[in-house]
Amino acid sequence: MSQSKTSSIMDARILIPAIGDAFRKLNPRTLARNPVMFVVAVVSALTTVLLIRDLIIGQGNIGFSFQIVIWLWFTVLFANFAEAVAEGRGKAQAESLRRTRTETQAKLLKGDDTKNYKVVPGTSLKVGDVVLVEAGDIIPSDGEVIEGVASVNEAAITGESAPVIRESGGDRSAVTGGTQVLSDWIRVRITAAAGSTFIDRMIALVEGAERQKTPNEIALNILLAGMTLIFVLATATIPSFATYAGGYIPVLILVALFVTLIPTTIGALLSAIGIAGMDRLVRFNVLAMSGRAVEAAGDVDTLLLDKTGTITLGNRQATEFKPVRGVTEQELADAAQLASLADETPEGRSIVVLAKEKYGIRARDMGSLHAHFVPFTAQSRMSGVDFDSSSIRKGAVDAVLQHVNKAALTGSGSAAAVTVHEPLAAREIQAIADDIAKAGGTPLAVVKDGRLLGVVHLKDIVKGGIRERFAELRRMGIRTVMITGDNPMTAAAIAAEAGVDDFLAQATPENKLNLIREEQAKGKLVAMCGDGTNDAPALAQADVGVAMNTGTVAAREAGNMVDLDSDPTKLIEIVEIGKQLLMTRGALTTFSIANDVAKYFAIIPAMFLAFYPQLGALNIMGLETPESAILSAIIFNALIIVALIPLSLKGVKYRPVGAGALLSRNLLIYGLGGIIVPFIGIKLIDVVITTLGLA
Amino acid sequence: MTINGWIQILLFCGIVTLLVKPLGGYMTRVFNGERTLLSWIFGPVERGLYAVAGTSEREEQHWTTYAAALLFFNLAGFLLLYFLQRLQGGLPFNPAGMPAVPPELAFNTAASFMTNTNWQNYGGESTMSYLVQMAGLTVQNFVSAATGIAIAVALIRGFSRASTKSIGNFWVDLTRTTLYVLLPLCVVLTLVYVYRGMPQTLGAYVEATTLEGATQTIAVGPVASQVAIKMLGTNGGGFFNVNAAHPFENPDAISNLIQMVSIFAIGAALTNVFGRMVGNQRQGWAIFATMGVLFLAGAAVCYWAEAAGNPLVHALGLEGGNMEGKEARFGIALSALFAAVTTAASCGAVNAMHDSFTALGGLIPLINMELGEIIIGGVGAGFYGVLMFVVLAIFVAGLMVGRTPEYLGKKIEAKEVKMAVLAILCLPLAMLGFTAIATVLPDAVASTANPGPHGFSEILYAYTSAAANNGSAFGGLTGNTTWYNLTLGIAMLMGRFLVIIPALAMAGSLVGKKSVPASAGTFPTDGVLFVGLLGGVILIVGGLTFFPALAVGPIVEHFAMLLGQTF
Repeated sequence: MSQSKTSSIMDARILIPAIGDAFRKLNPRTLARNPVMFVVAVVSALTTVLLIRDLIIGQGNIGFSFQIVIWLWFTVLFANFAEAVAEGRGKAQAESLRRTRTETQAKLLKGDDTKNYKVVPGTSLKVGDVVLVEAGDIIPSDGEVIEGVASVNEAAITGESAPVIRESGGDRSAVTGGTQVLSDWIRVRITAAAGSTFIDRMIALVEGAERQKTPNEIALNILLAGMTLIFVLATATIPSFATYAGGYIPVLILVALFVTLIPTTIGALLSAIGIAGMDRLVRFNVLAMSGRAVEAAGDVDTLLLDKTGTITLGNRQATEFKPVRGVTEQELADAAQLASLADETPEGRSIVVLAKEKYGIRARDMGSLHAHFVPFTAQSRMSGVDFDSSSIRKGAVDAVLQHVNKAALTGSGSAAAVTVHEPLAAREIQAIADDIAKAGGTPLAVVKDGRLLGVVHLKDIVKGGIRERFAELRRMGIRTVMITGDNPMTAAAIAAEAGVDDFLAQATPENKLNLIREEQAKGKLVAMCGDGTNDAPALAQADVGVAMNTGTVAAREAGNMVDLDSDPTKLIEIVEIGKQLLMTRGALTTFSIANDVAKYFAIIPAMFLAFYPQLGALNIMGLETPESAILSAIIFNALIIVALIPLSLKGVKYRPVGAGALLSRNLLIYGLGGIIVPFIGIKLIDVVITTLGLA
Repeated sequence: MTINGWIQILLFCGIVTLLVKPLGGYMTRVFNGERTLLSWIFGPVERGLYAVAGTSEREEQHWTTYAAALLFFNLAGFLLLYFLQRLQGGLPFNPAGMPAVPPELAFNTAASFMTNTNWQNYGGESTMSYLVQMAGLTVQNFVSAATGIAIAVALIRGFSRASTKSIGNFWVDLTRTTLYVLLPLCVVLTLVYVYRGMPQTLGAYVEATTLEGATQTIAVGPVASQVAIKMLGTNGGGFFNVNAAHPFENPDAISNLIQMVSIFAIGAALTNVFGRMVGNQRQGWAIFATMGVLFLAGAAVCYWAEAAGNPLVHALGLEGGNMEGKEARFGIALSALFAAVTTAASCGAVNAMHDSFTALGGLIPLINMELGEIIIGGVGAGFYGVLMFVVLAIFVAGLMVGRTPEYLGKKIEAKEVKMAVLAILCLPLAMLGFTAIATVLPDAVASTANPGPHGFSEILYAYTSAAANNGSAFGGLTGNTTWYNLTLGIAMLMGRFLVIIPALAMAGSLVGKKSVPASAGTFPTDGVLFVGLLGGVILIVGGLTFFPALAVGPIVEHFAMLLGQTF
């Protein structure tokens, strides 16, 4: 994972260009995307004109007006700055991606001949072309391996320098343009034309060029626009109230009141929050194809998790030797260890380890035993070892029993003894195997010279801490469903051990898809991850489909997120990031609206002081002068945007407690805090500007 | 403030709370079309009416059809009422020989009664014939109330139904509400009011000779029946000009209590109807509790302000609270309570002059209305109004639990937010907009009875009351001018229909959504936290909009009074 690339929020390399961008974003067309800030810019322009008029005819309190106008513009600039900082972080990432997208040459193949190629520029490739990529070559564009196996360095996109294997057929057939083949050669069918490759899309995504407002953001924008209109009414009606009272209120002060009342804080930070949410995923090496997907992640009700690799460690481990009657555990362990010495599979190694740990059986030198290793094949479904006159086999119980029967029939080995002894032993083995399966394990029978010795209990090891994670998810209101190819009995046992809410055993692509549809019919949002082509329909159906980067092109196209690290556990983090994004928006909206209370108390008494001095009683903050009160409010309003940039980029911390607890906590901080903080802030600013003699 | 005063306030609250559940249960059965005690009487009537109207109880409507039916019905009612007034001189049941009502006043009155506002720019006993009172005003009292309740039920269906298109049938909802809810309760209430001493007659005004030998005409009429629906349907239009302060319209403390309870009864019970229809009564109680807290806070401030009285009067050696403009029969506590009830519930009946309240005492009725009549509110209108705020509150804070906001399993998305914002926006537009124009029009200002902030409050109160469809008058303002007749009428129409259309559109959008089952991650909307949140959003969004206007009205008047200046 490349989180080491993470730059701190206050990185000068991002902040300095962002200042320039803040001014560039004053372009009305850019501003118009954000209704609240657009309105602020319009009224700032208006007050600037009024200020110039006052300067020319030399009337009014120029110093005061000047400061108000400046701070109004600062409000707009700070908003632009927040967005620029958020974008800057993505841009840095895009820059490093762009460097990998150098001009490549491609070896375009004609026909089926693997040697007959023509070198063409990578950009001229069309979808469906077949190219040859050999060791040292850069893969010219996205494609699918149709022949060969190669190790590929994908550091360009994953930041992980260890090479990965890419081979034709199966679930590891997708290759990405811009990555480098390190060894061997592959024939690749191009699946993306120049300009629309995976890296191109990544660049566009992290740069935010393709950023579209998410449904939630649109709804929030409507709310903010509505609030702005309400406050237009509240302030635009004040002049006639003043006229009625025989007074007059300068436009500048009305503008100041208006800008402080409308939800500028959230308006300014809204797009930064959205960009930062995508960016957080990118830092997590997850690419979301749309902001909508990130938002949906927060809403997920059901998580479908593959058992292997997510809930359990990828490999089963031997935990126990269970001999049949008449055989000692030591004997069984000894035979099993011998059979596994040359077995390099994780299961085999775990048998050797267990034999040593539990029975002190040391590794023996295969050579000195004149042993000959018999590897596992799909036909025999057994592996083992032959030495001298002896042979040991271990494997799936039914395969081993079949092997024993066959041996008995052909009369090899000490057949006489076997036929008498074995039916009993076979029944016993079957019984032990059933017990193990019931407990969620995999039984592995061991036979030596036609004599059944017993069973090795291979167990799925549930990942440490995963149970707690599921408990957390449950508190978040998310149901977890384990997907496994195991039989229902085994699945139930592992499900119970891991603490998932439900499981789907003997999963097929069809019943996976059906499960998702059923959940969705109940109104639930479903997230899943997958890598194979047969996962593609389910990935497409799921509301959040995370495709593994190692997966097939079909899977990557079907999902709405791609995990560059191909780590299915990340689904949980993705959900948290989605929630964080929504929470940050809600928290800042609440804060922004709650702020208005204090601003009223600052500006209203100051505004009407000339003709209703009695309203001075509302000046509960004891602000020095009407000018300093108004100035303090507008300065606070601008500065709070800057102060909240780090929070909007980092996101409000998500805690896996129930919604009620989360809400009361956030309401306390952002609701009540939002009411109190500006009272303190405005008072402090008032003290400072009075001391400095600014108003 | 006295213990006695508080006991009366709490007694009132207790009775209302006790009524919520039984009335809510009964109304739910009515709206669901289940059999009730009264089905044997009204069942045939109901079916007969459907047959005449060419509809059936099984026929369901899309929200646009529902809205179209509603608008058509209201337009018809408006025109009928307008022409009844214009032609009353030539129509029967006019023993006092009232002439035709002038056009602007007829417009204002027709808009007023059709929108459940019942703002009266006329004195009932000196302007309207019995026919207009009964066939025009009283009919609208019933159907405008029934219209409001129908909309509330339609919106509730938006939450209680899922993945469908129809939100009910307007004609069926209207008929059932009128027949099963309003009519029977009014019959009972009328009898009780007659028993307490209200007149109920179609005879001519009574001539009496006073002790001094002068001849006095005493206005009577079908008072009890009209008061029954005026309160129950939160209409508020009085039979007599001084409304519930008139001894014939509110004879004693018991009639006063019954009237106040009947103002709140249906609005409060609708929260329970809501809870029942969405399958969790706690949801209804949470909204009721929010309303209750806001109501009690308002009533307490109002009572406190009135009981504290005016320090300037105290300086003259007159101790005690502010009794100006109050009926001695009711006193301070019941006048303050009545003012809070009538403005919280969009009723508009008054038993004291709000104009004569202290500045803060008068501030409470203003705020109650400015929040949009959602504290219990007008029958139906209060409930769909509060649901707009619920949607807003859920959307603002719901995000803070890290999910797309949901309410009762329905996702709150752009469409809902848009409709809620539109509904909430129309009130400040009408209230502040018209006030801003009126306060700079010399003719409009001339209608005020007092100068300075108090005169401002009179204008603000008039538009607030009209747009909130309350109908109570602050008093002081001479509203029967062309300007006020027209603009107040328009404000009433805005405040009614610019909320109704978005509410029905929201119902239409919600009803088509899937219902998401609740989980531990769902925002809990039936607890104290939600009550606090909703109350806070109502006060901040609703309250802050009007802060500047209130500051230059009652608030400055209050501070001026403390400094020794009155207006």
